[in-house]
Amino acid sequence: MNRIYFDHNATTPVLDEVFDAMVPFLKDQWGNPSSIHWAGRGTRKAVEDARESVSALLNCTPIELIFTSSGTEGDNHAIKGLAYAQKNKGNHIITTKVEHPAVLSTCKHLQKEGFEVTYLDVDKDGLISLDELKAAITPKTILISVMYANNETGVLFPIKEIGQIAKEKGVAFHTDAVQAAGKIKIDVADLNVDLMTISGHKLYAPKGVGALFIKRGTRLVPLVHGGHQERNRRGGTENVAGIVAMGKASGIAIRDMEKETEHLKTLKERLEKGMTERVPHIKINGHPDKRLPNTANISFEFVEGESLLLNLDMKGIAASSGSACTSGSLEPSHVLVSMGLTHELSHGSVRFSLGKSNTVQEIDYLLEIMPPIVERMRSMSPLYAGAK
Amino acid sequence: MYSEKVMDHFSNPRNVGELEKPSGTGMVGNPACGDIMKLTIQVEGGVVKDVKFKTFGCGAAIATSSMVTELVKGKNLDEAEKISNSTVAEALDGLPPVKMHCSNLAADALHAAIEDYRKKQAEEAAAK
Repeated sequence: MNRIYFDHNATTPVLDEVFDAMVPFLKDQWGNPSSIHWAGRGTRKAVEDARESVSALLNCTPIELIFTSSGTEGDNHAIKGLAYAQKNKGNHIITTKVEHPAVLSTCKHLQKEGFEVTYLDVDKDGLISLDELKAAITPKTILISVMYANNETGVLFPIKEIGQIAKEKGVAFHTDAVQAAGKIKIDVADLNVDLMTISGHKLYAPKGVGALFIKRGTRLVPLVHGGHQERNRRGGTENVAGIVAMGKASGIAIRDMEKETEHLKTLKERLEKGMTERVPHIKINGHPDKRLPNTANISFEFVEGESLLLNLDMKGIAASSGSACTSGSLEPSHVLVSMGLTHELSHGSVRFSLGKSNTVQEIDYLLEIMPPIVERMRSMSPLYAGAK
Repeated sequence: MYSEKVMDHFSNPRNVGELEKPSGTGMVGNPACGDIMKLTIQVEGGVVKDVKFKTFGCGAAIATSSMVTELVKGKNLDEAEKISNSTVAEALDGLPPVKMHCSNLAADALHAAIEDYRKKQAEEAAAK
């Protein structure tokens, strides 16, 4: 059976080049980067070379970048660290209803500690209103946190415009760019961003490594207290192999960006156009243009997402869904519900997130097998009969 | 994550559809939680002669619906009423814990259909 992977927003495979680059640091080059002797010198250089490489992906200086264990850690560090550092200035944070749980749960935790949080609504395209953002800012506002690209829909937020507003109001601005990094060109210098989270395993490096951009002059209370690593900003001996891998993966992302973006866009358009032509009663979720080149989130009316995923899995295709069943809770995707989708449409969503290795043939295979799957599931649905 | 039996009933569901003139109809669940089951039964001489289901829901929802139709066919109403959600789950060699509450509603749909049948019977008797 063909095995086709359309779930790159969940995680990506480790590229061969990346794997080859990290292996020496799991084997012969095991020294602690903080050691001054022969065993540590090589690993220190490797970590700093990787830092340069990841910095280039964001167009920041290496000194402005710390390595973390994950995107979730980066989000926690940015939001809590900034909130604690500026709590004498104010206690108000602005974010959106469609953030990743790493941001939402962190904000909810801070509410328990006395911080106040505004969760901005999104419209049917999944975008916030900049006027509402401006109106939400008060003298107590210390932080705005808005994601660069939504993980479920791929919707791209107007980061530069938000950065401009934040700058004018003197409020720090964090963006969770976990889904954007490696997929589109990012330039923190141009964006007026103060804090940006990224993650290794979304850009073909392994799990367990991420990075946080901290603009020079932005003070954060550390999340992980410990040794002097990362210039006292994040304690703990560095995950050298992971960091080297992320450096290598960043270099590849920069090298291949243009070609890759075009490749993904072509495939995504073929998928969405083909699906629209072949399957009636579907809805493509998210803004038509302001979206990542790789993400297609489609609601199939009258059917439930997990049952579609199981059918796809039986045919070798890996994708994901915004249905409650796949979230491990009883609620469907908070992102789709916030965009005004009915519960049925939210439960009936499937996310196809494409990547490097996907081909036109794979998209065509999906387009061939999907219509009968949907038709079969609809024929079993009590909701479908009523709609005919 | 699902047992082989669940996947079997999900892939080849038994008794899909809707009876044209059912003795009783049961509909349970709601769109918010993502599962809706509709069960129609044909009762003759106190025995469930035929049964069909339609379900909007996940793999577990479809498999439990299919299983309950198999379990109930040919049973008298007293036996049918004893079929519980856990009977259905056991017959499928278990369900993942998270699915036990949200998608394990098939027996509820059956009970609703029987109740509907009994209600109709009582109404008919009263009309006579």
